[in-house]
Amino acid sequence: MTAIVEVEHVTKRYGSLTAVDDVSLRLEPGRVYGLLGRNGAGKTTLMSLLTGQDFPSEGAIRVFGRSPVEHADVLQQLCFIRESQRYPDDFEPRHVLRSAEWFFPNWDAAFAQQLVEEFRLPVKRKIKKLSRGQLSAVGVIVGLASRAPLTFFDEPYLGLDASARQLFYDRLLADIAERPRTVVLSTHLIDEVADLLEHVLLIDRGRLIVDSDAEELRGTAAAVVGPRDRVEAFVAGRDVLHRDGIGGLATATVNRLSDAERAEASAAGLELAPVSLQQLVVRLTGAPESEVTNR
Amino acid sequence: MDEGRPIYSQVAEQIENDIISGALPEDTQVPSTNEFAAYLRINPATAGKGVNLLVDEGILYKKRGIGMFVSPGARERLIAARRDRFRNQYVTPLLAEAAKLGIPADQVAAMIRTDGRAAR
Repeated sequence: MTAIVEVEHVTKRYGSLTAVDDVSLRLEPGRVYGLLGRNGAGKTTLMSLLTGQDFPSEGAIRVFGRSPVEHADVLQQLCFIRESQRYPDDFEPRHVLRSAEWFFPNWDAAFAQQLVEEFRLPVKRKIKKLSRGQLSAVGVIVGLASRAPLTFFDEPYLGLDASARQLFYDRLLADIAERPRTVVLSTHLIDEVADLLEHVLLIDRGRLIVDSDAEELRGTAAAVVGPRDRVEAFVAGRDVLHRDGIGGLATATVNRLSDAERAEASAAGLELAPVSLQQLVVRLTGAPESEVTNR
Repeated sequence: MDEGRPIYSQVAEQIENDIISGALPEDTQVPSTNEFAAYLRINPATAGKGVNLLVDEGILYKKRGIGMFVSPGARERLIAARRDRFRNQYVTPLLAEAAKLGIPADQVAAMIRTDGRAAR
């Protein structure tokens, strides 16, 4: 498959801060990507670079074969829903939806109207009077109804309640199933979106530390549970991401366990527990151990 | 969906379960990939991978332009395969847990016999 986005050794510096540090990646058409990482990791900067809203300090970016900067034929295929999108002061949601069709060739006004009703968005109210969740709904509706071949959602659902988020996931899944396109979802609610993702990109301190198929990532890590001395004997020399324990019982989260190693652990009387994508991300991006909660 | 196991194999397993239980009889159409994706709230490509796994194994067959159907003999084959795995999947862990608790195998066997009677 030909990549629709090619990023080669891209670095972005703001003064002394390196927001994106030597990142190379490719995005394939028709897939759903999760762009994950902690606050300030560089996710939004990377998406700004990919959509031509910012310029790399070093490296090359090609989107649909050319630089996204100032190329209208590339830009009209992109949709970037920002976490805190600004609108003109006297704008109402209906103005946003009306103007969207000028920018997005695939804009589906009927679909947008359906979503307005489902999200219960008041379209004739000043945008600055909307609640945080209603403001997020505006972005979600634009992102879905624009049907852009490459859509970025940057933390799209601040303030959205659980039913509205579920509605977003359901409509997104149904729509991409009928009209395949590439979606990049950046979020902290990893547990909620884990089953939707085909591919995971994990950024930490500007660096891309995971670029992996979501299914391969599932099950690569495991928590080894058992008596402390036996756990320690088993994990010695392996890639241990995290240690935890109570009394004589220890849990060690180990990366990349083969089937043979799993059998070996079971034979040693140790239990293996699965590690969710969210837990894996927490382990890999090094939250202090006191912040880590076990489920 | 369970953590720690590929989603596509769980999709395949659910379809297998429906074939074994008779909910999906032979030569009936199975739901489409997109229907599975919407119902299970998973990525359509992942659902497709699970369905294709069963096509490769001959459990499902494709009618061009119509959809996927349950192959004749699929139920028998699945039951035979599950029986082969029954010992490893259920009996071995059962005995391991019993050994950990100091329950002798003949006592486990007695429990199975009385439980079987109670169920009947």
